[in-house]
Amino acid sequence: MVTEITTRNNSYREAYQVLQERTAPSGASWLQRLRANAFERFEELGFPSVRDEEWKYTNVAAIAKADFQKGVYAESSSRGSGAKELASFGSPETEASQLIFVNGKLRSDLSSVSGLPAEVVALDLSQAIQDERYSEIVRTNLARHADYIANGFTALNTAFISDGAFVYIPKGVVVETPIQLLFISDGAGVNAASFPRVLLVAAENSSATLIESYVSTHDSAYFTNAVVEVALKSGARLEHYKVQRESQAAFHVATTQADLGPNSTYDSTTITFGARLSRHDFSVTMDHEGVECWVDGLYLVTDDQHTDTHSVIDHRQPHCTSHQLYKGILDGKSRAVFNGKVFVRHDAQKTDAMQTNKNLLLSNEARVDTKPQLEILADDVKCAHGAAVGQIDEDELFYLATRGIHPDLARNLLTYGFAEEVIGKIKVDSIRAQLDAAVLNRLNARLEA
Amino acid sequence: MLEIKNLHAGIDGNEILKGINLTIKKGEIHAIMGPNGSGKSTLAKVLAGHPSYEVTKGEVLFEGKNLLELAPDERAREGIFMAFQYPIEVPGVSNAQFLRLAYNEKRKHLGEEELDPLEFKDLLKERAKVVEMDASFMSRSVNEGFSGGEKKRNEILQMAVLEPKLAVLDETDSGLDIDALRIVAGGVNQLHNPENAVILVTHYQRLLDYIVPQFVHVLANGRIAKEGGKELALELEEKGYDWLKTAADTGTLGVQAS
Ligand SMILES: Nc1ncnc2c1ncn2[C@@H]1O[C@H](COP(=O)(O)OP(=O)(O)OP(=O)(O)O)[C@@H](O)[C@H]1O
Ligand SMILES: [Mg+2]
Repeated sequence: MVTEITTRNNSYREAYQVLQERTAPSGASWLQRLRANAFERFEELGFPSVRDEEWKYTNVAAIAKADFQKGVYAESSSRGSGAKELASFGSPETEASQLIFVNGKLRSDLSSVSGLPAEVVALDLSQAIQDERYSEIVRTNLARHADYIANGFTALNTAFISDGAFVYIPKGVVVETPIQLLFISDGAGVNAASFPRVLLVAAENSSATLIESYVSTHDSAYFTNAVVEVALKSGARLEHYKVQRESQAAFHVATTQADLGPNSTYDSTTITFGARLSRHDFSVTMDHEGVECWVDGLYLVTDDQHTDTHSVIDHRQPHCTSHQLYKGILDGKSRAVFNGKVFVRHDAQKTDAMQTNKNLLLSNEARVDTKPQLEILADDVKCAHGAAVGQIDEDELFYLATRGIHPDLARNLLTYGFAEEVIGKIKVDSIRAQLDAAVLNRLNARLEA
Repeated sequence: MLEIKNLHAGIDGNEILKGINLTIKKGEIHAIMGPNGSGKSTLAKVLAGHPSYEVTKGEVLFEGKNLLELAPDERAREGIFMAFQYPIEVPGVSNAQFLRLAYNEKRKHLGEEELDPLEFKDLLKERAKVVEMDASFMSRSVNEGFSGGEKKRNEILQMAVLEPKLAVLDETDSGLDIDALRIVAGGVNQLHNPENAVILVTHYQRLLDYIVPQFVHVLANGRIAKEGGKELALELEEKGYDWLKTAADTGTLGVQAS
């Protein structure tokens, strides 16, 4: 078995070498070094195993064993799906403010950022690295937020940095139009792997909305390994939506690292519907005063789906507020893991931290492992956390029944209501409507309006 | 319309209703009064089909059908409505959405076309007038964050939309301020007609000034201890329940307790 995994790693090694050689003549030397260090680290770490405490409930052996090929798409960047079909995954609100990636590659023919203020930057990461206007910002931020030393997946992604998105909101710029990064897998490459990389830097007192979406046109098996780095400077505001609707056969692993500057506001909502196996490592660091953040999410899984969220909310400085509400709906034989750490460091006085994980089990075979953890080293703080796993409330069911609503429909309605607490906070109308529809579709219900 | 015969019911082996007999004809308004814990809400919930309560004896006929055989949602679609003493909150589901769903379930049952959201909006606007309810309540989650009085008013809004044949209103008056009481009572009076019937569970004569019942039944210790016309409520207001309680326990009032 060891040899098998090594063989697979070798196919990553080949792809890695091809990338390094291809980019060597023109590429930035710091990036070549970064990739080299990251690949070396990946080879040391390999993929995590269930012996690792942080991966106890999530077995990624299937990813290690499968013959996922990084690079097969590079050439095939297929026209397999029509441009029209691909573009239909976009949102009306982001028609002129979106980058569309197909199998990890930017499709400039489908992308447009003409609706954004001229000073806002949203472009392919490899271009940003080449462009002297941005190369310095990229160099000083890329891989400086998301740590590739501890996590094999992050290391692997970092070793392949080339395609991806760079978003920069300059000082004081308020962008009303949401910016969407749409990652589409079109099933063209068999066992394709894509490693999306996103770097968003929001300068002082800027304000923006980022939608990060993962979808697929086919129900095929592929592997997405994404790393998203968010850096908010002083007083910056970001609404960040991650919508993961990968194919039901896909593997989706992602790391999100948000570093929040003084008095910044970060409001994130993570929606997880897709993938056979998904894992999200979400880390929010408040190393400055006066930050407020929301780290909310909803996972809705069924059949054999497995989803794992590991979040770290790190209060390092005084006067910061964090809110976390993660809700889960599980049907079939699905399984969810929620591990939420909230650290309140020694200096982080006057911290206000609130963490909740609530799960609704729709079947007897579904299972949740939830572990909210609060570690407080400061003494003048307001912290609360809790977790709940339950079924549909009988009193609520009876109430709906007395209004003539059939129990099946009542169950769906209550489940929908449970999801709404998270979906309802999404401020981009079409995304919210799309998710509402997806929830209803899953529930086979009809509750429009 | 409704015939309750020697109804015994309880929970976890404890008998709460100990032989209730009650007949209600269409067009009538009945008041049920009685001390705390006497079984009024239990009776209402048993009629609505609450799964926790077990009927151990007796029968209930609704328009000639055996009501006890029907599931709660079937009873509702047949035309029974209960306004809860403590209405339940349904987070994440808007009042409008909920009401349209319930309304359409009933339409389907009657073999009628369902209303689409726009058509229903108009209907809801009309019905909301009955209880003078502000449009802002329609987009809010059902009962969530509603004040006690607002929840009660929302129950009557549901009644106005569903137009039941038999409405059982469990202490709809408690928690209402004086103006709200007048509005809600006015609403119930508007909805009442010769084809339907209302059971009012209440502690207060005050409500009965607005909604005038033809019959008053006093429940004590799971039995009907006394029955009379609307003047019985006034008598109770004066004398309290003590005289009835002892009487019911010793059976000296001559109301059969089979
Ligand atoms: N779910 C239950 N579990 C245990 N006991 C119950 C339950 N429901 C009702 N009871 C008991 O049955 C009796 C009757 O209760 P019920 O709620 O019907 O009274 P009520 O007449 O409506 O009183 P109130 O005027 O206070 O509303 C009470 O003694 C109550 O404690
Ligand atoms: Mg009661």
